[in-house]
Amino acid sequence: MSFAFEKRKTVSKTAIVAVPIISFIVSLVLTGILLVAFGADPFSTFAAMFKGAFGSGRALTETLVKAIPLMLTGLGVALAFKLKFWNIGAEGQLTLAGVAASWVAIYWSPWLPEPLLLPTLILVGCAAGALWAGVPALLKTRLKVDETLVTLMLNYVAILISQFLYYGPWRDPKGFGFPGTQMFPREAWFPRIAGRAHIGLYLALVAAAVLWFVLNRTRWGFELKVIGNSPRAARYQGISVERNILLAVLLSGALCGLAGVGEVAGISRRLQQGLSLGYGYTAIIVAWMAQLNPIAIPFVAILMGGLLVGGDQVQMVMGLPSSMGLLMQGMMLFPMLAGSLFTEYRIKKITGTQARESARGGA
Amino acid sequence: MKKGLTVIGILLVALAISGCTKKAEPVAIPEAAPYKVAFIYIGVPGDLGWTHEHDIGRQAIDTAFGDKVKTVFIENVPEGPDATRIIRQYAQDGYDMIFATSFGYMDPMAEVAAEFPKVKFVHCSGYKTSENMSTYFGRIYQARYLSGIVAGKMTKSNIIGYPGAFPIPEVVRGINAFTLGARSVNPKVQVRVVWTNTWYDPVKEREAAVALLDAGADIITQHQDTVEPQKAAQERGKFSIGYDSDMRKFVGDSVLTSPVWNWGVYYVDTVRKGMEGTWKSDQYWEGLNADVVHLADFSPLVMQDVRDLVLAQKDKIVSGSWDVFTGPIKDNTGKLRVNDGVKMSDGDLLSFDWLVEGVVGKVQ
Repeated sequence: MSFAFEKRKTVSKTAIVAVPIISFIVSLVLTGILLVAFGADPFSTFAAMFKGAFGSGRALTETLVKAIPLMLTGLGVALAFKLKFWNIGAEGQLTLAGVAASWVAIYWSPWLPEPLLLPTLILVGCAAGALWAGVPALLKTRLKVDETLVTLMLNYVAILISQFLYYGPWRDPKGFGFPGTQMFPREAWFPRIAGRAHIGLYLALVAAAVLWFVLNRTRWGFELKVIGNSPRAARYQGISVERNILLAVLLSGALCGLAGVGEVAGISRRLQQGLSLGYGYTAIIVAWMAQLNPIAIPFVAILMGGLLVGGDQVQMVMGLPSSMGLLMQGMMLFPMLAGSLFTEYRIKKITGTQARESARGGA
Repeated sequence: MKKGLTVIGILLVALAISGCTKKAEPVAIPEAAPYKVAFIYIGVPGDLGWTHEHDIGRQAIDTAFGDKVKTVFIENVPEGPDATRIIRQYAQDGYDMIFATSFGYMDPMAEVAAEFPKVKFVHCSGYKTSENMSTYFGRIYQARYLSGIVAGKMTKSNIIGYPGAFPIPEVVRGINAFTLGARSVNPKVQVRVVWTNTWYDPVKEREAAVALLDAGADIITQHQDTVEPQKAAQERGKFSIGYDSDMRKFVGDSVLTSPVWNWGVYYVDTVRKGMEGTWKSDQYWEGLNADVVHLADFSPLVMQDVRDLVLAQKDKIVSGSWDVFTGPIKDNTGKLRVNDGVKMSDGDLLSFDWLVEGVVGKVQ
């Protein structure tokens, strides 16, 4: 007798609700055991983490600061993933958009009328993100080049381009030779809502709503769904698969780009080391945890932001080493990601003959 | 499934019990609230290098003031936006003085300093100051120069490998001082630089050292945070010059000497001023004479004549009769940058963006 995963015919409604809750409890228990092993009190640690992430106005805005780029990149990669286009280049798209937005903020601002500055900055940034996603999309649709590798490699290219610029031609002439561009002029700053949380939050929420609408209520969204399920079936229906993949991936890159625009114009207000803190990769986790649902992504992003911000407290309040914070974050994510498997699959006990059959079937 | 839930339930109950049984500790009421000092670290004290030395400086505060001061630190804080959050939280939590020990904390610290005028902010290695924000660094380049003399005397291949973190003035200044020292005793020396673009990454630091050893270097020095480049050299049977801490203690006698930090001197003094109310924002930049930097003890493998040479030069620097960056100095394209007898100004040193003759590498 052995066990195998069997795809559920219909996604169980109970599973959708129960699995995340059970996963969360398992996460708490696992990390709790870890904490006890290190001689720390799990309850006060969790309480400190929660307080650090959501317990005050300042904490909440800092959680949002993390959540904004995670929402946008999460939406971006979710859109691409729906088409089974494995865009793991959100980090690069974010970075290049940050570079483009900095270009506008520093070099266009002297002659661009002020009311046009922020819209232009956003558009140029999104265009740069789209361009960076467009390269692997073209290679994939025209030449069948694997997009996973190309998007990943382009991350490093984008980061090196940004480094070249802020170490070289764009370096702040008044910065004593230190790397980084000059500060953006005030007109190029994203207005802040509260604390450091900026208007990127509104843009992200609108983007989530629009993306949900497009995917679920428009013809184009329907076409994308068909392509995602089976490109062959889509072709039979006369849907232009290549063109639609290209368009959707461009949009994916633009969303990731918007995250980068927010980081430079809303947070650092200059281009320098540490533009992205791995948001483009965390976005992949956010997208999967939200099961690629645009409405769920903002919530998951806020949770993830809270987990990242709350992690500080492990050191600052509990006095545990920093590696403990990272360990806890990892242990919390594992059951959640593993859990999502159970909404689509179930474990089935199989006997000898069935096992051979399913092996032959290539399940 | 039911079984699984039961197990989880039992574990939860067990956790609850372990949480409740913890006895409440009596709260000690101090006579006066201690002066609260926080440190922001880019790595971990266990790096045995950069952060290790800052943490020893922090402990010197504890030793000097005992119960009157409470010091805390947070490790592994990335440079950039995350640091703003951390620094702000310390300021909000009522810390009196905050030390940030990496260059990339400059903008975050300046941003928070503007919001909390009563808190004293002290930033290592940057250039932004305000009413309540100071900068501090040391003339480690003086010790680098001395260590360069040792390397110049001991190299056989005349190639010295130098993994460097970032091409910023702090690192460039160190490379230049080291190279000038090495070439003062051996004009054939070439110093090859590899940029790792990270302060703290044991794996990358080691890889850079290995690449330089493969390229023919027989001595490795470095501007990084850990001992990994030194370990890589030792494993290949090559010498090295450490940095930050006396790395010979952690690696072995293959480490000929190390330019080291002695932050306690500055930290204790700064905290004392903070407690007495005499602290004022300034830009601290002292060297061998103030003992905030020094050269670690020599390895037994360093010959006596080399030691004498180094100590003679050290006396000249400490007495102030001569400093490292005195012309003539050419850059590595052959252009004369500093005329004969001219001493470079502190302003020029703090914005160093060219490499001296003998360095193979580029500031970009």
